[in-house]
Parts: sequence; C-alpha cells; structure tokens
Amino acid sequence: MGVPQAKLDATQARLAALSLPKGANWAAVARQDALSRVQAMGLPGRRDEYWKYTNPATLVQPDAPPAAVLETREPPIFAEIDRLKIVFVDGVFDAAASDDLDRSGLEIELLTDATSTDIHWARDLYGVLEARGQSPVHRPLAALNSAFANQGVVIRVTGAAACPVSLVYLRRSENSDAVIHHVIRVEEGADLTLLEDGPASARFNQVIEVDVADGGSFHHVRAQGRDHERRAATHIFARLGRESTFKSFTLSVNGALTRNEAVIELTGDNAVAHVAGAAVGDGDFHHDDTVFVTHDAVACESRQVFKKVLRNGATGVFQGKILVKADAQKTDGYQISQSLLLDEDAQFLAKPELEIYADDVACSHGSTSGAIDEDALFYLRSRGVPQAQAQDLLVLAFLAEAIDEIEDPSIAADILSRLDGWLKRHHH
Amino acid sequence: MLTIKNLHVKLEEEDKVILKGVDLTVDDGKVHAIMGPNGSGKSTLSYVLSGRDGYEVTDGTAELDGADLLAMEPEERAAAGLFLAFQYPVEIPGVGNMTFLRTAVNAQRKARGEPELSAADFLKEVRAKAKSLKIDAEMLKRPVNVGFSGGEKKRNEILQMAMLEPKMCILDETDSGLDVDAMKLVAEGVNALRGKGRSFLVITHYQRLLDHIQPDVVHIMADGRIVKTGGPELALEVETNGYAGILEETA
Ligand SMILES: Nc1ncnc2c1ncn2[C@@H]1O[C@H](COP(=O)(O)OP(=O)(O)OP(=O)(O)O)[C@@H](O)[C@H]1O
Ligand SMILES: [Mg+2]
Repeated sequence: MGVPQAKLDATQARLAALSLPKGANWAAVARQDALSRVQAMGLPGRRDEYWKYTNPATLVQPDAPPAAVLETREPPIFAEIDRLKIVFVDGVFDAAASDDLDRSGLEIELLTDATSTDIHWARDLYGVLEARGQSPVHRPLAALNSAFANQGVVIRVTGAAACPVSLVYLRRSENSDAVIHHVIRVEEGADLTLLEDGPASARFNQVIEVDVADGGSFHHVRAQGRDHERRAATHIFARLGRESTFKSFTLSVNGALTRNEAVIELTGDNAVAHVAGAAVGDGDFHHDDTVFVTHDAVACESRQVFKKVLRNGATGVFQGKILVKADAQKTDGYQISQSLLLDEDAQFLAKPELEIYADDVACSHGSTSGAIDEDALFYLRSRGVPQAQAQDLLVLAFLAEAIDEIEDPSIAADILSRLDGWLKRHHH
Repeated sequence: MLTIKNLHVKLEEEDKVILKGVDLTVDDGKVHAIMGPNGSGKSTLSYVLSGRDGYEVTDGTAELDGADLLAMEPEERAAAGLFLAFQYPVEIPGVGNMTFLRTAVNAQRKARGEPELSAADFLKEVRAKAKSLKIDAEMLKRPVNVGFSGGEKKRNEILQMAMLEPKMCILDETDSGLDVDAMKLVAEGVNALRGKGRSFLVITHYQRLLDHIQPDVVHIMADGRIVKTGGPELALEVETNGYAGILEETA
C-alpha cells in the first residue's frame, strides 16, 4: 500500500520542521515507533475519506498559520472550583503559574520528567493506546504527536482524587504551535476529574491517553478557547476496564478549525462510556467531532451526544461510529448528532455509522439538522420574552441534552455561563 | 380597552384574504364572546392581534388603550398587557415550565420599568395559583407543555395568564379539550381576574363555557367579519339553532 507522492512530500515537509525530543531509552523507542507510524501512513490529506468534510491542510503544513490573540475580560472558567491548576503558556508548562504538583496527593509528573526516567509506569501507555487507535482508521496527527510531544503531564490515580486536575492552556503568541501529550492511568476503583480550558496556541495538536482500570472512573470536561483564529486537532484515546466509567464533555466556542477525535475501547464487561459535545460557531468556524467507540466486552453502554449551533457561514461536522464486536453481546449503544442552523449560510455534515457483529444488542442513532422552531419562538415572545432572549432559551434547550452529560452541577454551571456569554455576544 | 376597526388581513405567502373588515370594541372590565363556524377567522384574529408572522394587514387598525398594537413586536404587545391563551399551546422541549414563567414575568416587568420578582416571591405566587388550578408541582418542573394532556395544556395557559396579569385576555377555545370539572376551574380562574382594568375576549363554540363565564356581549363571526352582535341570548340561540339562521338573515 503505497503512500501517494503528494502526501509523502507534505509529510516530509512537516517532519523536516520537527526533531525528536531526548529521553530515556523506552521513550526514545516509543517516539521512534510513532514516527515510523507517521511515515507509513502519511499525514492526512484532502483526499482521505476520514477527512472528507474537514480540510487538514492547515493542521499539516510545516508552520502554524498565525492567529490573533483574543483580548477578553471574560473571567477565567472553573476559577471558583476547588482544583489543582496546571498551566501551559503557548504549549509550555509554566511552573510559577501552576499549583504545587507534589501537594496534590496524586502522582503527577511532567511528561519531560516521566520520559527521562528509565523505569516508569507511563511506558506501558505512552503511544500505546494511540497505536491501538490507528486501526481500523488511521489517525496520523496523533502519531505525529506521540513522536514529537515533549510537553504534557502523566497522572496516576489510586484513590478518589481530592479535587479535579485542571489544565489551563494560555496563549500569548500569534504563532505558537503546541504539541501536548498527556497520559492518565486511573487504577482499580479510583476516580479522577480532569478539566481543560483555554486556547493553548495558534495551532494545537493534543493527545490524551486514558487507561481506566476495573471499577475506575474518569470524568473530563473541556472548554475549548474561544479565540477566533486558533486551530486544534485533539485526540482522546481511552481504554475501559470492567465496570469502569468514562465521561467526556467538550464545549467549543468559536475557533477557525477544531477537530476533536475520541477513540474509545470498551474492553471490560459492564463499562460505560459517554462522549458529548456542544459547539457554537458564528462565521469563520469549522468544527469537527469524530468519534469511534468499539464495544469489545459484554453489557457495556456507550452514548455519543453532539449538538452544534451554527450561523453565518459556520460549518459543523460529525463522524461517529459504534463498532460492536461479535462477543460484545448486550451492548447498549446510543448516538445522536444534531445541529441548529440559525441562518441559511450555516451547514452541518454528518456521517453516523453503526457496524454490528453481535446479535443481542440495542443500538440507536439519529442525526438531524434544523432551524429555530418558529412556533416556539412566537409562543415565548407572546408571553413577553424579547426575541433575542427567547432565541437564547431555545438554543440552550437544544444544547441541554449534551450539557446534561456533565455530572457535577457547579462545573455544568460554569459551562452554561460560558455559553451565555457567547449568546449575548452574538445577538444579531 | 381594545378597539379594532375595519381590519383586513391576508396571508403573507398566498393571496388568501381571511379577515374582511373586522370591527370590534371591548370596553374596560367587559367580557366579550366570539362564536362562529370553523374557518371563519377567529384564531386568525387572535394571532394578528398578538403579532404572529405570516399575516399581512392590508387595511384597518387595532389599538390597546390607544396604543397601536399592529406596530409593536409580539413581546411589546405582551408587555402592553395583551395575552392570548392559544387554541393549540406549543410544546417547548428543553425549556422548563418554571424557567419559562419566571422569564416571562420578569421580562414584562422589566419592559414596564418595574422591579423583577424575587425568586421566593415568584415561587410562592406560582404555587398558590397553580394549586387553585389543580396543576401539580410536578407539572411545573416539566418542559413547557411537553407530555401535558390537552386539558393540562389549557390549564397551563390560564396559569400563565394568572401570573402575567394582563389587561386584555384573549381565550381561543380554551374550553375545548377540558372535562367538566376542569372547565369550572378555568372559569373560576377567569372570573377571579374579572374586574376593572381587565377585559376578556372569549372565543368558543359552546354555550357551556359561557354558563360559567357570563359574557356581557356576544359576537358572531362568519367569513372574516363580525356579522351579528348581541347579549348572552345570542349564544343560546346558536346553541339551539346553529349558525344557519343567523347567517341567512345577515347574508
Ligand atoms: N397560515 C395559514 N395558511 C393557510 N391557511 C390559513 C392559515 N391561517 C389560517 N388559514 C385559513 O384561514 C381560515 C381561518 O382560519 P382560523 O384558524 O382563523 O379559523 P377559526 O375561526 O379559528 O376556526 P376554528 O373554529 O376551526 O378554530 C381557514 O380557512 C384557514 O384554513
Ligand atoms: Mg380557531
């Protein structure tokens, strides 16, 4: 299977701008393997089926396209939540702005430190879950990340974490091109909540590998920075053990290009995985949720809930797949992707897929695209609710099913206030 | 209170004329009933007065206490004191009934330059009013009208009316879909609000509602016009003889 010449050239051009970080032997091997994967696959191109709806050119080109830094007086999100804060500025860890990692009661280390240590638990996971996620669909940007990332954290949780770990991605430079890789191991019966927010960099390539052992639970809530011109390609690779729980929610507010991939493998019986997203975009906004859930154990439950509110030329993409392997009986799979188009210029492209090899399963999926319900709008207005406020109520109602996936009420309230801010700024 | 003169309305999208010169004046504190055959334009009149899209006023005026209703946005008409209890109340998934009610009450107060109702005061008031309409607390928590029975939806309209305390209340077939007991509740709700500073326009097909809500004036609407106006006895005549006689004599 040869890689087309144009793709090879683009891949070589990108690789020429990068160098492999130094580290312990195991890390060097893992990075070299990842680099080999990139070379074998080639970086994504416009012709790739998996990139049919999203043009990867700016994610692949050697230099990050510059992005203006947004000046905002909006208070930082999650500020009132008791959390362990870890700050990255333009993709580089900032110790002074971060909380003391030793105080956390968790095992948290910087990726640079972990990958410099000869013997480290992270060696069993770094690049490993990413590599598993390369089949049946290639995700070359994630392999590129595993090869070259030198920033990130590795977290191991053995009990219930005292408070959420909060990763804050600030940005000061118009040209920053960050590559960040986190590795998370939730041990048996342990529990971790991970928060993320901020624009990170002009171009952001992020991978999170999450391994949740039997009975463990992992909650993830992310508010992607609202800088208009930023670009991001993120991947979450999760492997779930028996009776474990994985829940991830992402709010995306603006951004020129966002591709969020979630690759989830349910490998232990009775595991639960929920992935949800709410995206709101006005104008130059392209947002792509690409999700691949594999059921490889009995009686697991998975939910994908993605909602997008689009206007003024914004584009939303959803590619979601549920793969149920032959032994995954009693699978309960649900997938919904919906868009609310606030005008006729916005578009939503969806490719929902089910592939089922077991016979005793309940899977449902649906995808819709629609406008504001005029009857509901009039009903609200006839009760005295001004048009803009009535529309906001309907937009929030539309997004509710996704936001309901956030379990912690104070975190959900923060997400809602972010959305409120967007709605108020975008009254036309 | 409400003064409608020579109102002509056609559909915006097609050349269909629905109201062909409606004249109607409702004085302060009065209850008027409108009856009339299906399709005669009763709901259209109520929609045009409350500002729904899709209609074009080609002639005539409609004023509420001297203010030009037709020039206002729907929310402005509501703040000015107009209320329509819908023939078919709309379901709004995802918007809680309580949130909706509170947003509406406070939006109107704000528009009128009045202070917002505190959460506690609002709750107290809504609970008391819901109770008198036999709307249980569970229903208030549900999304607006979603999964409500036909009668529950109608009672919910009256609850909204009671909370918003409008000046001019239009009830479009609020009695349809109500059982006998619910009809009494709704009528009690309306009667409790009757008095100076508030008028009603009650659209109905049946005398039964008018047994409970005694109208001062009854109008018959046919083919986009008010063709006959009289006292409560007119409703009784419709009940026994139907519209045929009236339509013949006015044709
Ligand atoms: N949006 C519309 N599109 C097409 N026709 C309409 C529309 N709105 C009203 N009409 C027509 O206008 C006429 C009047 O309708 P309207 O609903 O006002 O009647 P009504 O008197 O309320 O009848 P009912 O007693 O059955 O409720 C009907 O013929 C109806 O079909
Ligand atoms: Mg009608």
